[in-house]
Amino acid sequence: MNPTSTTGSQLGQPNATAIFFFLLFVGVTLAITWWAARKTKTTSEFFAAGGGVSALQNGFALAGDYMSAASFLGIAGLVALSGFDGLIYSVGWLVGWPVVTFLIAEPLRNLGKYTFADVVAYRLKQTPVRLSAALGTLTVVSFYLIAQMVGAGNLIHLLFGLSYEVAVVIVGVVMILYVLFGGMIATTWVQIVKAVLLLAGASALAGAVLYRFGFSPVALFNEASRQYGEQVLAPGTLVSNPVETVSLGLALMFGTAGLPHILMRFYTVPDAKAARSSVFYATGLIGYFYLVTFILGFGAAVLVGRQSITGVDKGGNMAAPMLAEVVGGTGFLGFISAVAFATILAVVAGLTLSGAAALSHDLWSSVVRKGQAPEHEQLKVARLASLFLGVLAVVLGVVFKGQNVAFMVGLAFAIAASANFPALLLSMAWKKFTTNGAVASMLTGSFSAVVLIFLSPTVQIDLLKNTSALFPLKNPGIITMPLAFFVGVAVSLLFPEKEARERFAEVKHRMHVGAGKAAAVPVAQVPSVSPGATPRPTATKA
Amino acid sequence: MSEPSRNDALEALASSRWRVAAALTVATLVAYFGFILLVAFNKPLMGQQLVPGLSVGIVLGALVIVTAWALTGIYMLWANGKYDRALSQLRR
Repeated sequence: MNPTSTTGSQLGQPNATAIFFFLLFVGVTLAITWWAARKTKTTSEFFAAGGGVSALQNGFALAGDYMSAASFLGIAGLVALSGFDGLIYSVGWLVGWPVVTFLIAEPLRNLGKYTFADVVAYRLKQTPVRLSAALGTLTVVSFYLIAQMVGAGNLIHLLFGLSYEVAVVIVGVVMILYVLFGGMIATTWVQIVKAVLLLAGASALAGAVLYRFGFSPVALFNEASRQYGEQVLAPGTLVSNPVETVSLGLALMFGTAGLPHILMRFYTVPDAKAARSSVFYATGLIGYFYLVTFILGFGAAVLVGRQSITGVDKGGNMAAPMLAEVVGGTGFLGFISAVAFATILAVVAGLTLSGAAALSHDLWSSVVRKGQAPEHEQLKVARLASLFLGVLAVVLGVVFKGQNVAFMVGLAFAIAASANFPALLLSMAWKKFTTNGAVASMLTGSFSAVVLIFLSPTVQIDLLKNTSALFPLKNPGIITMPLAFFVGVAVSLLFPEKEARERFAEVKHRMHVGAGKAAAVPVAQVPSVSPGATPRPTATKA
Repeated sequence: MSEPSRNDALEALASSRWRVAAALTVATLVAYFGFILLVAFNKPLMGQQLVPGLSVGIVLGALVIVTAWALTGIYMLWANGKYDRALSQLRR
């Protein structure tokens, strides 16, 4: 329990256990990729695993896509350094999931094919809608990717002592292999393996901590308040401005329902029922994980000590690995480090795949080739897009070395909440929504979020070192999300579109009944097709 | 069943799903923003300890996470059961 006991830490040195577990993870996942590559022959298999993923599997994969190294190491560090305030983040990051279940999951599953743009464009004009949806998707994916790559480089440098560039290249190469050859089937299994490892690792670590406190979290919290004062159990400086907090909350809550790599997962399950159930499993896993992370943060504060944690990394990101070393020795440190590395790999792979879907399915197949591209060409373009995005991720990771990119995750969520979510919801729920309205809403959401973040204190003061910022809030969600809704509604009312309104009945019918992804059946024929019997011919072969 | 009445029934079922979804969304919003606003405006309450080591804030934060999961579960049970049964009857 002596906070100075980590002076002999193995952190930052090549660690045999870490290297062993990391190679084991990469080996197993590459074997999965090799197996998946032989099953990946159609675009449906490449983008949606042929729809053959079960609800429980998809629940783990969704959790895997969402639980990034940032939430594992970042929240543990935040709790270690500022106590209760970390829990505010955990709660914020979780509450988007019920909204995804109630409003998005099943209509998305019933209406779309590979991307959320399928849903928005369903009864609207394909080209303009897909162009603006792809713009939103690629912006979200790019910012999220940069944040992950830069985080990966720093993290691996700290954990293993590898150079930043080498770390970024390793992450890039392995991730490209997963996506390029194994597509969604491999990516799904990589996420499942990673989610299990991460949950097991975090649980074991929490168990080892709680063992010292008679398995009572309350005793642990009490010890923390004895060491650092009662204020560690109370809200601190994180929430000083309520408007700011509500704005961040909106972005986190509705951003989850607009993240392209999360939305894409709903096409991997066979039907709406599996889509709902998978979000239920994911929500439980993620909620459990955040609660465990909270215990890890307090454990690190008590057993490692705040001074030792900030001595290694000012942001506190090393709190969880250091805790692992204190309670379980070098071997456990190695295991947790390998899990953190694996976590980054998996999240980056999921992001790249959703970016590739926007490039090849929305831009190439639908806009450039107007739906006339043959299967093998679509698949080729999808693979080229994956390769391109993978290389781009490595380049951006190296370019942004040493930058503070934490704001980019906030930006990705703000854009997802403002550009994607309003257009998605309006297209499913509002009869009078039009092509112009959708385009205006998505472009307004993207641009206003980017511009306001640029004018915010995060960029102006923290990054550019100016003395003041034009826009007072760090997160623009409270302005940009209502704005995107308003513009979408106003433009739709100003320029009505007869055809879009007439086709709403079809949208509604299919949204509830579900016509299966392969057949775009006109509404009048749907009842006679008996959709329940053989919903998707493409998925039955798995 | 004739076409119009089938459509009416489907319409009614669809709006029942939106109603349930909207009610549960509102419940989630209330739980989450209730927590956030308490954090923002009543820090002393959130810092109060129920037993040594356990503050109101920690209990409420954990409760919001559990509530979010439970609401998702309620929706899943309703939709996978009642809603899907009604839907499959209409499909016949």
